[in-house]
Amino acid sequence: MRSRHPAFSRLAETLGLALVMGLAAFVVFGPLANLAIWAFAEQWFYPNQWPTRWGFEFWARVFRPRAGAWESLWNSVSIAIATVGLSMVLSIPAGYALARLTLPARSLIMLVFLLPQAFPSLPIFVNIAAIFYGLGLNGSLFGVVLVHSLPGLVYAVWIATASFAAVDRSMEEAARNLGAGPLRTFRDITLPQAFPGLMAASIFVFLDSIDEFTGTYFVGAPDITTLPILMFNASMGGNYQIASITALILLIPSVGFMLVIERFLKADVLSRIGR
Amino acid sequence: MWPGVLLIAPALTAIALLYALPLLRSLITAFVGEDGHPTLGNLAKALEFYGADIVYSILVALGSLALIAFVSIAIAGYLTLGQSRWAVPLLRWIYRWPLFIPFIVAGQTARSFLARNGVLNTLLTDVGLVDAATATSLLDWRGLVLTFAWKQIPFVTLLLAGAMASLDRSTIEAARNLGAGRLRCLIEIVLPQVRPQLLVALVLSLVTIMSVLSVPVMLISGNPTMMTAMMAHRVTFYGDYAVANALGLFSYLLTAVAAWAYLRMSLREKSN
Repeated sequence: MRSRHPAFSRLAETLGLALVMGLAAFVVFGPLANLAIWAFAEQWFYPNQWPTRWGFEFWARVFRPRAGAWESLWNSVSIAIATVGLSMVLSIPAGYALARLTLPARSLIMLVFLLPQAFPSLPIFVNIAAIFYGLGLNGSLFGVVLVHSLPGLVYAVWIATASFAAVDRSMEEAARNLGAGPLRTFRDITLPQAFPGLMAASIFVFLDSIDEFTGTYFVGAPDITTLPILMFNASMGGNYQIASITALILLIPSVGFMLVIERFLKADVLSRIGR
Repeated sequence: MWPGVLLIAPALTAIALLYALPLLRSLITAFVGEDGHPTLGNLAKALEFYGADIVYSILVALGSLALIAFVSIAIAGYLTLGQSRWAVPLLRWIYRWPLFIPFIVAGQTARSFLARNGVLNTLLTDVGLVDAATATSLLDWRGLVLTFAWKQIPFVTLLLAGAMASLDRSTIEAARNLGAGRLRCLIEIVLPQVRPQLLVALVLSLVTIMSVLSVPVMLISGNPTMMTAMMAHRVTFYGDYAVANALGLFSYLLTAVAAWAYLRMSLREKSN
């Protein structure tokens, strides 16, 4: 390369780089484009390489008034909202205590909130289902909310702890010195400052619940159908169009979250996670 | 002390009921026979029936982790050391997309993308890289490795690129000034400093690979397959929690070995 003209080697480098970037884009977006093709393919039989008829026929079928998609969407969203509510109600006080108050064996407690992510979760879900079966919680919305709250709680406690740790202590002390009680200080000073982090935690828990499959499969099935369960059933039944349309719907919150996360999860909170 | 304990008690109770109790149940059930007596029979049965699946899971996990590590190091290294004004921001924009995409969606697209008559083979045939008559389905261990890597590379890259960005630039600049190429700089100067973050990200990815049920069920028909699929099969078809939990014990052990290796390595590095 060195003996060649510098302009030529620069051109070769740019071309090589463009090739690698094109390959990276194909690897990331190719499988996603594949979903879009399937979602609009009305007729696609072997040996045709590409669909022979395109259209919205399957979309109409998915969104028919009495089709299962609306019920699954409603189930998914209400379960996710309830999971966010339960996880945040439990983790806001816990996060505040871990960040601000003296606790016996604090690092042990942090470890306990880390364990569910440190080992495979499938055996846990299987045994939750077995316990819930005895309690009559299997196949109920509440049971699914509880099983979604396990990963939800872990994320929420971590992010809430980091958010409260990032709040400026001197402002809290100033408020106390001016005569504000502890509750008023928390409401007017601490909570507003921790809000973006708590919002990020809520979005995270919401997204995790919307996407959750394994826990719902063991605890909810066959009575509770969420979007992931609907997608799985359609796929295993060989109905790739319905599965791809459901998959595209599931992509909306995921991609939306990726685009807004940096606005909520600031570097000062990120750097404190796990401490 | 008491206000703190009071505030944290509800969350701890929830973890006890939703995690510790099922965990205990899974450990105990694995060692109790049908007659209610302690036994190692479930473990023996799990090994006998699903030994091939355990080995298969380990190999798929190792293959995935190797691919994930290699590609993530390459991307994060290029994001840190690359000089192109257009390619670095472009790659930063491209690589993150699969991060929050659910595994079940990745499984569905892999199922149709990597099939024998799937879009990938169609495209490769059109380009002339693959002969249509000999095109094969990638829906075996290769499909699993590719799908797990597709999902986990953004996660590992994100942690790795973050760690690389916070490194002291002066040693890198010094090495560059002394004539070290970018690849050598990455391998000899940058990589040793971010090894802890790389290992944490890989251990977390291993736990994820060992937890995902949808991808192996959607990609693999028949045996051997991942342990997760076999645990679900044992429970849904036979209602046999004992053997399923015994199999679960092996998946705990596997991730525990990885976590232990990581802890030992980081302790040794600290003492040096």
